[in-house]
Amino acid sequence: MTDAELALTLALLMVAPLAIAGVALINTGLGRARSGAQTLLGNLALAAVAMVVFVFVGASFAGTLGNSEIVLHAAGKPWGVLGLGPFLLRGISSASPHAQLGLLFEFLAVAMVAIIPWGSGADRWRLAGGSAAAVALAGIAFPVASHWIWNGGWLAQLGANFSLGAGFLDAGGAGVVHLLGGLSALVVVWIAGPRRGKFPKEGLSTAIPGHSAVYVLFGCTVALVGWLAWNAAGAILWLHAPLAQLPVTAINTLLSASGALVTTFSVTRFRFGKPDASLCANGWLAGLVASSACAAIVSPAASLFIGGLAGVFTPLLVELLELALSIDDPSGAITVHGVAGLWGLLAAGLFSAAPGQLLAQLVGIAALLGLMLPLIYLLFAVLNRIVPFRVDPDGERIGMDLHELGGGAYPEFVIHRDESYR
Amino acid sequence: MKVAGLLVMPAGFFLALAALVLFPDPARRSAFILCGLAVECLGLVVTVRAHIPARGASRP
Repeated sequence: MTDAELALTLALLMVAPLAIAGVALINTGLGRARSGAQTLLGNLALAAVAMVVFVFVGASFAGTLGNSEIVLHAAGKPWGVLGLGPFLLRGISSASPHAQLGLLFEFLAVAMVAIIPWGSGADRWRLAGGSAAAVALAGIAFPVASHWIWNGGWLAQLGANFSLGAGFLDAGGAGVVHLLGGLSALVVVWIAGPRRGKFPKEGLSTAIPGHSAVYVLFGCTVALVGWLAWNAAGAILWLHAPLAQLPVTAINTLLSASGALVTTFSVTRFRFGKPDASLCANGWLAGLVASSACAAIVSPAASLFIGGLAGVFTPLLVELLELALSIDDPSGAITVHGVAGLWGLLAAGLFSAAPGQLLAQLVGIAALLGLMLPLIYLLFAVLNRIVPFRVDPDGERIGMDLHELGGGAYPEFVIHRDESYR
Repeated sequence: MKVAGLLVMPAGFFLALAALVLFPDPARRSAFILCGLAVECLGLVVTVRAHIPARGASRP
């Protein structure tokens, strides 16, 4: 890397946390008013816990500093399965600047992974349970995926070992961050169960709208700034993209989000007679998530299509999960991060000219879906026995703010009686 | 059924992995990787269905 590339990457990584801030605002706005402070504090706390755990063990298993790794040999090929770097980042000052910046990127990524499921468990997931989940994600699931994909593991080597394009491509973390976060969100929703009154014994599910569309939509704007920096930094670090390619990466990110918003706006306008603010926000974010995998490698027209399709399936899938599958996901993270991330990874293969790239993407998706979901389920199920995820019924009734923090986010508001208990 | 579905998913992954190692021919390799993904989807569907609360069941 040249000095200019190093300086620019560092500057981009200083801006990238705005993506986390945006997601945190969206998580908070889509929850209830009586859980607002707990949700926003939870975003900070989970990000902090994840980063602390990552420095203790995760960074070692991710193998970013590149000291050594566990390599299996099968079919005459090396398969890097786990990094074995120094614990507590010993020797980081003598590592290459590229490795140091990669590590900084991973710190932001692990924080993002930790907060994605937090929005799905809003209004009933305890801080202790969320922190325990963050420990599992940052200590085990994320480092393994990060090593496979970003730090020269077997998925990154699919191109060299099996002539599958350039290996599994995921510069912005659609798989490592968002698919992993979306799968965690699904597991949390399964384990914690729906909010009280969400699915009454008779009739359709009860609508529990988010308490602040302003937070949600402002969060989308903040997230865009962070995502522009995130995708550009990822392209430099993991794809070794030249500086001349960065403007196109940024344009593709914008186009993907814009295409997604336009289509979600149209779909919700057609479905409900009026555009739905929270679903439009979900669509915008789904466009950004889908761009994470492919903004640096596809054309602007392809980006527009990728975002547009994400914007079509997002509102439909959010509705399907709630009405047909009884999945109570307040932030829509399963669709927005999980499914849109998966679509982005697939699109990176579909729109690539390199032979075998689509197959490399499919193998990567198979690895993340087939191994990570059962692993996360197992980890969270065990943790739930030790630190129960779900708050007790009384805590849910009075709100997570009062129950867990002793004070609300809006102390001058009158919290009305819950009408949804049927 | 939850456990069965979750166990089927890694089986699909190992099918995709085996295709990578055993079949150098791109067409066969692609077909088996797609089969692996299909098995994973099957496992996911079983797991999702097992988590749907029964109609009329006591819900929180």
